[in-house]
Amino acid sequence: MSGAGFSPEVWQAITLSLKVSFWAVAASLPFGIFTAYALARWRFPGKGLVNGLVHLPLILPPVVTGYLLLLTFGPQGPLGRGLAVLGLEVAFRWTGAALAAAIMAFPLMVRAIRLAIEAVDPKLEEAAGTLGAPPLWVFATVTLPMAAPGILAGAVLGYAKAMGEFGATITFVSSIPGETRTVPSAIYAFLQVPGAQPAVFWLVALSVTVAMAALLVSELVAARIAARVGGR
Amino acid sequence: MSVAVSLTHTLPGFALDVRFEAPDGVTALFGRSGSGKTSVVNAMAGLLRPDRGRISVGGEVLCDTDTGLWLPPHRRRVGYVFQDARLFPHLNVRDNLIYGQRFSRRGRRSGLDHVVGLLGLEALLARRPGALSGGERQRVAIGRALLSDPRLLLLDEPLAALDEARKAEILPHLERLRDDTRIPIVFVSHSASEVARLATTVVAMDAGRVERVGPATEVLSDLSAVRTIGVREAGSVLTGQVAAHHADGLSEVRVSAGSLFLPRFQAAVGAQVRVRIEAQDVILSRGRPEGLSALNILPGEVIEMRGGAGPGVMVQLRIGADRLLARVTRRSAEALRLAPGVPCHAVAKSVSVARLDVGVVDPANPGKDQDTPGTAGEDQDAPGTAGEDQDAPGTAGEDQDAPGTAGEDQDAPGTAGDNGEQTR
Repeated sequence: MSGAGFSPEVWQAITLSLKVSFWAVAASLPFGIFTAYALARWRFPGKGLVNGLVHLPLILPPVVTGYLLLLTFGPQGPLGRGLAVLGLEVAFRWTGAALAAAIMAFPLMVRAIRLAIEAVDPKLEEAAGTLGAPPLWVFATVTLPMAAPGILAGAVLGYAKAMGEFGATITFVSSIPGETRTVPSAIYAFLQVPGAQPAVFWLVALSVTVAMAALLVSELVAARIAARVGGR
Repeated sequence: MSVAVSLTHTLPGFALDVRFEAPDGVTALFGRSGSGKTSVVNAMAGLLRPDRGRISVGGEVLCDTDTGLWLPPHRRRVGYVFQDARLFPHLNVRDNLIYGQRFSRRGRRSGLDHVVGLLGLEALLARRPGALSGGERQRVAIGRALLSDPRLLLLDEPLAALDEARKAEILPHLERLRDDTRIPIVFVSHSASEVARLATTVVAMDAGRVERVGPATEVLSDLSAVRTIGVREAGSVLTGQVAAHHADGLSEVRVSAGSLFLPRFQAAVGAQVRVRIEAQDVILSRGRPEGLSALNILPGEVIEMRGGAGPGVMVQLRIGADRLLARVTRRSAEALRLAPGVPCHAVAKSVSVARLDVGVVDPANPGKDQDTPGTAGEDQDAPGTAGEDQDAPGTAGEDQDAPGTAGEDQDAPGTAGDNGEQTR
């Protein structure tokens, strides 16, 4: 049913948001797992500082985070110029939107994964070590599978956050249709135009559907993993 | 020396200062809980880094703080069976068993069938740890450690979390392990009967220090070890040969001073066995007692006596070539005028020796022994023995109620029990 207001711009915003959020989570998940593991298991100087930095996007106003991103990753920013040399430009590109979403989703992801890793009994890791397994193998075959439900939960939480990210994204990469206009930016833009209420309706309905579907799938997968790990 | 340990370490509120060497076979770290036994095996496995120390196994140094040598746990090839098994809950029994094989020198899949057979795990392979009983879990944990091809096997109270029936299920497996594999085993325990059954060497520990090291039969029958063991659990170990299994349900074991008659147990005639006799189950008599129901009456003489603050005296006797501990009251000792050198007879009821207190050291005919699976045979004995076992705790309970007349109390229920025994 091609209802009124379901314009190509609406579809564009939806697919862009899915793409941006997917890459935001996929690219930051390894870092998230590493950070969560370090915070859960290691003792090192400056641990409090790292913890604070990870949580910073959660407590700063998103616009401030976006502005800081613009300063560092913008065309004139130190990291922005470096990435541009490597052929990866992020300012005002969809990759920038993914970066902003990833930064904003990171603390939520790390918190969930850290809890999951802390729940894995270190005695099991010790036991694996006495059987001859080197630490990285222990991590891959004991810690990771046992923390899998929590890691999945962290990823879904991060994905939902990335889908909804607005403030940092619009500050950092603006709202360019087809490039950086994600669903929240599109809703905001349509709300500025008289008579675009039907488009807003579609965007809202679709984002609710996507969020619910992601949640359901993750619940199902988590239940199956938990049953496996629980061991019966 | 197969295993050499020397280490000092300070834990919060506790100092560890341990030095011992042990030959091949089973070495028991024996002592009360909190004496530092687990810390010692943790240091051997590399899970605890001692302040100072040197640990070597079969000539290979695992850790030496003087040279700064430190092998991490995964490079030590030390198999560790934890008290709580620590099976991987997300893997089935088979995958748990082969977890360490990937890193062993012998490679994957070698020896799996042998270990599965040795520990009787055939029916469990597809199951998850969550669906196993405590005894099954321990057996899987032992198999998992064995399959990692260790040069040393550490067992930390592997039976502590199990009830008597489960212990009886695992002990024969551990005995077969000791006799079948050539891997040295260090085994932590606070139970004198486990130690008596399994250990070749005993390292008695108390408050973070080694009190005594020596062959199990010597250390357990030593008066100075009584403090470590506790008077209640003190008992000596006699080594003997199975002479016969009699039709009336008794097995005869020939020891250096004569024959012991014990509730029937599973072992081939001619096999070497160890029998643990608790000090509080032994009655002393100056003359050879007449008209007494107890079947085990062995002549000997007093070597040494040691009394504590309580009403009891621990008497060490020479019985043939063996040593035997007997716990009597000071009053009885005075009445009998016991003193070093005095000849007397030691009397022990057959039924006071529990099934768990008899262990096969050297099956004379191993082929035959394997034909009749040890566990199955012994399980059949279980109801009878279990019923008779109940006599023993009863006596112990009365002993506790009236400490003043403990020795005499022991005689009374003992005789009553024997009378019942005769009519049986």
